[in-house]
Amino acid sequence: MAAKSIISRPVYGTLSPQPGKHHLFIADAEGALAIAEMAERAPPGFFDDAEIVFIPGPDGNHIAALDALKPAQFHQAPSFASLLPRLRQTLANAHMGLRLYLSGTEGLIGQAMQVALEAGIDHTSIQTEHRGSLARRMQCVHCKGITENVTTQPATCAHCGLLLLVRDHYSRRIAAFQGVCINAEDRSEIPPMEEIFR
Amino acid sequence: MSTGTTKLDVVVSDVVPVNDLVTRFHFRRRDGELLPTFSGGAHVVVEMRDGERTRLNPYSLMGSPLDTREYTISVRRDDVGRGGSLFMHRNVRPGMEMVVSYPVNLFSLDLRAKKHLMLAGGIGITPFMAQTAQLAAEGGNFELHYTCRTASLGTYADVLRERYDRRVRLYHDDLDERIELDRLLSTQPLGTHLYVCGPAGMINWVRDRAASFGWPSETVHFEHFAAPQPGLPFDVTLAVSGKTIRVDEQQSLLEAIEAAGVDPPYLCRGGVCGQCETNVVSYDGKFIHNDHWLSEEEHRSGKKIMPCVSRFEGRSLVLER
Repeated sequence: MAAKSIISRPVYGTLSPQPGKHHLFIADAEGALAIAEMAERAPPGFFDDAEIVFIPGPDGNHIAALDALKPAQFHQAPSFASLLPRLRQTLANAHMGLRLYLSGTEGLIGQAMQVALEAGIDHTSIQTEHRGSLARRMQCVHCKGITENVTTQPATCAHCGLLLLVRDHYSRRIAAFQGVCINAEDRSEIPPMEEIFR
Repeated sequence: MSTGTTKLDVVVSDVVPVNDLVTRFHFRRRDGELLPTFSGGAHVVVEMRDGERTRLNPYSLMGSPLDTREYTISVRRDDVGRGGSLFMHRNVRPGMEMVVSYPVNLFSLDLRAKKHLMLAGGIGITPFMAQTAQLAAEGGNFELHYTCRTASLGTYADVLRERYDRRVRLYHDDLDERIELDRLLSTQPLGTHLYVCGPAGMINWVRDRAASFGWPSETVHFEHFAAPQPGLPFDVTLAVSGKTIRVDEQQSLLEAIEAAGVDPPYLCRGGVCGQCETNVVSYDGKFIHNDHWLSEEEHRSGKKIMPCVSRFEGRSLVLER
């Protein structure tokens, strides 16, 4: 569970069944466990109106557990990028009454939420639960490039090569944490790099 | 003392009867300057000096927010109410000098919405007059469903149809026309926000149905100015100012506190904004809560009261004022 620091740093809850006509779940890797645990608290027939979109982790676990919930639709995708066109299409055709549930890594929750915001869903109405990696999507404030799966503090920008302090300052619009040059005054000063976002 | 609402010295520039029950009032600034800007859904509190008595009633601004040369309100005459609307209808004439508050918006549009679905009942149409004007100017996507008793009491129905044509749908009670609410709520595109203004029963019905259809509460906006209900007189002790006062039958608790020279904060005077929330020190009796601000739990707790609309019956009530 991510600790609360500054106001823009997202905090996540525990998935809970919401009143609604359709329920769209998007999860990656261990996020599947959050759905399975919520299912134990869901009213009977809840998954008859549900669609689950799942990106399995490298171990390929949890597919059977989600399938066993018998959602109206179950879709697997190899990556977030590969499910993006389908997600956009689903949201473009959706009606009020669709509820969104996001579980898994921060990167997945953030990127799915970004698409949902564009579709007009209020972020406070989205159910989220963090499971698995704390690796961050980071935007370099200098070159604006996005680096995926950042686990260290500081981290190197994959685009411009600057050494960046990974801040808790988060943007829902671009679904990324902010990275700011850590040694702008003296580039020869190289602080030790620690792996802290595991 | 109204929190954040400075007063405006205005003159009544026009009084226009609209139908059997509703009259429209136009206000301009006495100094000839433009009035402060406002957004669709805003209201002003109008001060009515009626002999010894001062009434402060909130009314939605119904003119276009793009035109701040004047403010317009529409007042429905309530023959059995506490007299504010009757005062407006009987006593207010063009040229009269009055005082209104700065506009305050507790029912604003959420401009992130992809579409705005508006439901109006009766005189609840007034905030939508301003909101539709604001949205139409920006090319906004809206749809207005307006229920009125009869065509002749459909205040501004003709104006709205002329301005917005098929975006306005009318329902007449006397012809047994009803909003198909469930169909409406289940066919709206994702990103729609819902706005409802009308009688309390209509607001509760719409909010309940929307919640059960899975509309997140963030997308459901409502406004209901509960006019303070008359009731049995009761005595109140104000612990902080050390006064004991009597609330008359036709007076609200807030008005009685003000009449005693104590100035609690207020904004809407209709039980929705939360400004006048007051702690109860002790009580022996029963509260008559009429507000939309406190939760049911808070109503049951006996620890808080909204003096603008709520009353008390019983032996003693001590408030932290």
